[in-house]
Amino acid sequence: MSPFRRSKSGDVARERLRVVLMQDRISLAPQLMERMKEDLVDVISRYVDVDRGKIEVEWRRADGEPALVANIPVRSVRRSVASDDRASNRAL
Amino acid sequence: MGESLVITSGKGGVGKTTATANIGAALAMMNQKVVLVDADIGLRNLDVVMGLENRIVYDLVDVVEGFCKLKQALIKDKRVEGLHLLPAAQTREKTAVTPEQMKNLVGQLKEEFDYVIVDCPAGIEQGFRNAVAGADRAIVITTPDVSSVRDADRVIGLLESSGFERPLLIVNRIKPKMVDRGDMMDIGDILDVLAIDLVGVVPEDEAILVSTNRGEPAVFNGSSRAGQAFRNIARRLRGEEVPFMNLAEVQGLWGRLRKFVGLE
Repeated sequence: MSPFRRSKSGDVARERLRVVLMQDRISLAPQLMERMKEDLVDVISRYVDVDRGKIEVEWRRADGEPALVANIPVRSVRRSVASDDRASNRAL
Repeated sequence: MGESLVITSGKGGVGKTTATANIGAALAMMNQKVVLVDADIGLRNLDVVMGLENRIVYDLVDVVEGFCKLKQALIKDKRVEGLHLLPAAQTREKTAVTPEQMKNLVGQLKEEFDYVIVDCPAGIEQGFRNAVAGADRAIVITTPDVSSVRDADRVIGLLESSGFERPLLIVNRIKPKMVDRGDMMDIGDILDVLAIDLVGVVPEDEAILVSTNRGEPAVFNGSSRAGQAFRNIARRLRGEEVPFMNLAEVQGLWGRLRKFVGLE
C-alpha cells in the first residue's frame, strides 16, 4: 500500500476511539436504551401493529460508523392508516 | 485542614504511581506538607518508586486494623522536608479495607498535612472505590492510546457518578515527534473525547525509567523534561497559572510553522 494513500495512524486511533466511546457510553446506560426502545415502539405502533415482546435494538458498526439497528416484527398494518391515506388522497 | 487528591486511570501501567511520587515530591519542594498513600493493597509499588522500600515497618492495613498508630506507619522522606509515605500492605487483599475506613484515614491525614495524595490501583473494583472514598479532587491520567483513553472515559464516568464534579486530566508519555508525523493522537484529540480540564502534559522521557531504577523521583532531576512537567502540574494544583510546555512541538508542524511566521 502506498504510504501516501494510507491514513495516519493517529487519525485512525481518534476515529476508533470516537466510535468505541459512543458504544461504551450508551451500553452503560441500559435504562436509556430501554426508554429509547419504548419511545420507538410507541411511534411505530401508531402506524403498524408490532410485537412488543420481540423487539431488538442494538448498536452495530456499519462502514466503521456506529449505527442503531432495530428489528421490529410487524403483526399487521392498521386499517386506520390505510383509510387515513385514502382520505388524504381524496382531498388532493 | 489539607486537601486530598486521588490519582487514578482505570488501565494499569499508564503512570499513576510515577505521577503520585513526582507530584507529591514537587509539592513538598514547594514547602508543602505532603503524604503519599499507596492504596494498591497486595501490589504495592509506590515505596520502590520513592526508594523507601527498606524503611517500611507498618502499613496502611496495620493502621486501619489498629495494630499501630497512624504516625508509626508514616515514613519520612529524608531528601525533602515535609514528604511522607503511607505504604500499602503487600500480603493482604483489597477487601482488607473498606471505603468508610479509607475515608476516616484520609480525613485524619488531612488534619496533619497540606496534601494527601492517594495512588489508586488499576481497575474499577473495590480497590478503586477505597482509593476515591476520601478524596476531595480526582486526577485521571492517560497515555495517548485508544485503550488507555477508553478506560479513562469509563473512570471519569464513575468519578462523576460518585460526586466528583470536575476531574482533572494528565496526558502522560506524549511523544511530540510521533504527534508531528501523525502517528499519535494529540492533546486536542484526547480532550475532545474526554471533555475534562487538562492539568498537565508529560512528555515521554527515559529519565523516568532511570529515576525508577534508582528510587529517586524525576522532579529531583533538574534536567528531566518529565520532571519539569510534573513540577508544573504541582504548581497548577496550587492554583498558579503555568503555560503548558513544548506546546509548539505537540501542536505539530503546522503549529510550529505558524509560530515561526508569527501567526501565534
